[in-house]
Amino acid sequence: MEYTTNLLNALVLLSNYVLIPSLSYGSQLALGAVGVTLVFGILRFANFYHGEMMSFGTMCTIFITWWFQSLGFTAGFFPTAVLALPLAILITMLLALTAERSVFRFYRLRKSRPVIFVIASVGVMFMLNGIVRMFIGPDEILFRDGQKFLIKAGAFKKMTGLSEGLALKQTQVLTVILAVLAVLLLFWFLQRTRTGKAMRAFSDNEDLALLSGINPEHVVMVTWVITAALATLAGVLYGLDKSFKPLVYFHLLLPIFAAAIVGGIGQPVGAILGGYIVAFSEVTATYAFKKFLKYLLPLEMAPDGLMQFLGTDYKFAVSFLILVLVLLVRPTGILRGRVL
Amino acid sequence: MNQTVRTTICFSIMTVLLLAVGFGQSWNVMLAIFNLCLISAIMSMGLNMQWGYAGLFNAGVMASTAVGGLAAVLISYSPVGKAWDAGGTELGITFVALVVTIVLGLLVWKRMRPGRARSLSLTAVVLVGYGFMRFFYEEASSSIEAVETAKTGFLGGLGLPVLFSWAVGGLAAAGLAWLVGRIALGLRSDYFAIATLGISEIMISILKNEDWLTRGVKNVTGLARPVPYEVELQQTEWFISLAKWFHGGSLTESGAGSDALREVIFLSSGVFVKLCYSALFLAVLLTILALAMLALNSPWGRMLRAIRDNEVAAAALGKDVTNRHRQVFIIGSAVIGIAGAMLTTLDGQFTPGSYIPLRFTFLIWVMVVIGGSGNNLGSVIGAFITWFLWIEAEPAALWLVGLVNSMLAENSPLSQHLLEVAPHMRMVLMGLILVLVLRFSPRGVLPEKTPERS
Repeated sequence: MEYTTNLLNALVLLSNYVLIPSLSYGSQLALGAVGVTLVFGILRFANFYHGEMMSFGTMCTIFITWWFQSLGFTAGFFPTAVLALPLAILITMLLALTAERSVFRFYRLRKSRPVIFVIASVGVMFMLNGIVRMFIGPDEILFRDGQKFLIKAGAFKKMTGLSEGLALKQTQVLTVILAVLAVLLLFWFLQRTRTGKAMRAFSDNEDLALLSGINPEHVVMVTWVITAALATLAGVLYGLDKSFKPLVYFHLLLPIFAAAIVGGIGQPVGAILGGYIVAFSEVTATYAFKKFLKYLLPLEMAPDGLMQFLGTDYKFAVSFLILVLVLLVRPTGILRGRVL
Repeated sequence: MNQTVRTTICFSIMTVLLLAVGFGQSWNVMLAIFNLCLISAIMSMGLNMQWGYAGLFNAGVMASTAVGGLAAVLISYSPVGKAWDAGGTELGITFVALVVTIVLGLLVWKRMRPGRARSLSLTAVVLVGYGFMRFFYEEASSSIEAVETAKTGFLGGLGLPVLFSWAVGGLAAAGLAWLVGRIALGLRSDYFAIATLGISEIMISILKNEDWLTRGVKNVTGLARPVPYEVELQQTEWFISLAKWFHGGSLTESGAGSDALREVIFLSSGVFVKLCYSALFLAVLLTILALAMLALNSPWGRMLRAIRDNEVAAAALGKDVTNRHRQVFIIGSAVIGIAGAMLTTLDGQFTPGSYIPLRFTFLIWVMVVIGGSGNNLGSVIGAFITWFLWIEAEPAALWLVGLVNSMLAENSPLSQHLLEVAPHMRMVLMGLILVLVLRFSPRGVLPEKTPERS
């Protein structure tokens, strides 16, 4: 009996600190990585301003949220940001299309080398970074409202009688649900609609797609629109879950790239897989397993150290290590994407 | 327009701009900008070797800079004996364990036949070695960091002259580049960019968190200087007479009051120290510039450009593409590392938290692209232009805001907000310039010289 309780405690502990956080973080990364992979599939360059796009979308959401709140227009149980999201997505789409028209189109028509696109995207990154800081400032912003917890740690303890509590934040559940919905919608679009099929054809073989009368302008526009929507969603969910800070969003670029490459670049399914792999390994490698092992092992075998593989500050290192491993062992990624 | 004429015009305009700052704002401000222009120019020359000569998209410039900065600390800071006593042994054991693990791992990898047995034993070696290291490492780092945490809490350095660290910084950056090259070279450009970006982020997080080595975010301040201190100069006889002689005219006009004299000596000591730095930096810049220009025009430089322009053709002609890439990547990183050590020397402090990619990687990219990739003088002028704008964008933006604010009501929330955001204008400006140059003048201010065809 005691052993079962210990086992249950260990499981609850693990879900509270590892499984649930990495599931929601993984969903956020997956949404971002799908955007990167789509842009890579269609436009064939690594988009360095993706993190800033997320940051811009989140900033719009925050402003609209504040506006709604000042009007007394809130979503009650849910965060107000959910109501603000559609409008913010529209604005971010406009931004992405403007960037495409004013910056990237020129190089696309001239068939410039991918590196030139990357440098151009660095330019856009600089501008957006400055714009976001000018509008909302460089500081951390919390914009979550509505009910914070679905299950509180204390209530869970009382309910089950275990000594470990399980806290389930609403944003975590919301993240997973919205991410699943978005991804389902995306795959339906890519598999079933005419434009979606055109996009896949374009990604597979550009020349053949052009020969069969696919309009490249249309495909590229739709790609940016989808990417902007996914980036805004990912950014807002991350911001709701943690907080919004421009610099943090810039740093998200690395795990997102890692997720896209690990999954196989140009492969949306791979990007989602990659997002979860990166998130789970980041959280697992930096979690201290001391307490977890204490529940499972007999008293005399309980470890002294923290049983932590890496310090918490090395999260980025984990995503990067995975990236390097994949590059060395299987450069096409798990789902046989394109080699850059 | 002739290339030489163009170069002359560009550098003259830059000189006029800097002089304008000197006369308009102050000579201290002008020299502060000038010194950082010189350091930036060395950085952008290093990146230009990688990108301009060889077409390598290195997004990890920041890593070389930071390693150079670390070298400045480790060379010039005096050793902390207590910390060595506290954790030196454990640290030594950790290091030995690291070496043994690597050697054993390599042995397993080389000697055993490929298969499951090899993978399993390699994993076992790595895991056991890591666990062993981790145990002693935690002991070492916690006991070192406990030594007078507020003052030291790290091992300190070697206590050697700081100038020596410039060379060491270059070597350390070269070593890191060799390692990075082993992993990332051979990948196509985008992957290489992402990989180097990742490595630079990891380097910074190591510098921020390994307090026993770098003091982490507590920063190392008060590094030794290669030039005299202002306070000491103000007491020295020859300097006072020099300042008097230099400002002789204005001093007699103002009546040679002791307040005026003190003011003059105070300002000119700042200028003098900055001039000393400028001389040192200029010497390094000119040396590297001369070497870089010679290298670019040598058969080696031609080979690199041939590889850049057509990798397949160059490989077909028997050029070792990967090796040449590795070579130029290491050399370029070394140059950036030297500049990194110089930067930390100039600041007199090492602040790991201040290394962010926008400032230390992508701004250098802006410099190279604006200046003209492939042209060494172009990188120098690009660095000057970019750094000048980066600094002067803030006063310019504030002036603009002041203009707008004079039309607004006093203390309106909008004018407050505008004052706060003005500094961030520089980001937008840099992005705008990068995009515009890339679009309308992709070869930069001073384009690469294309050899004449006979």
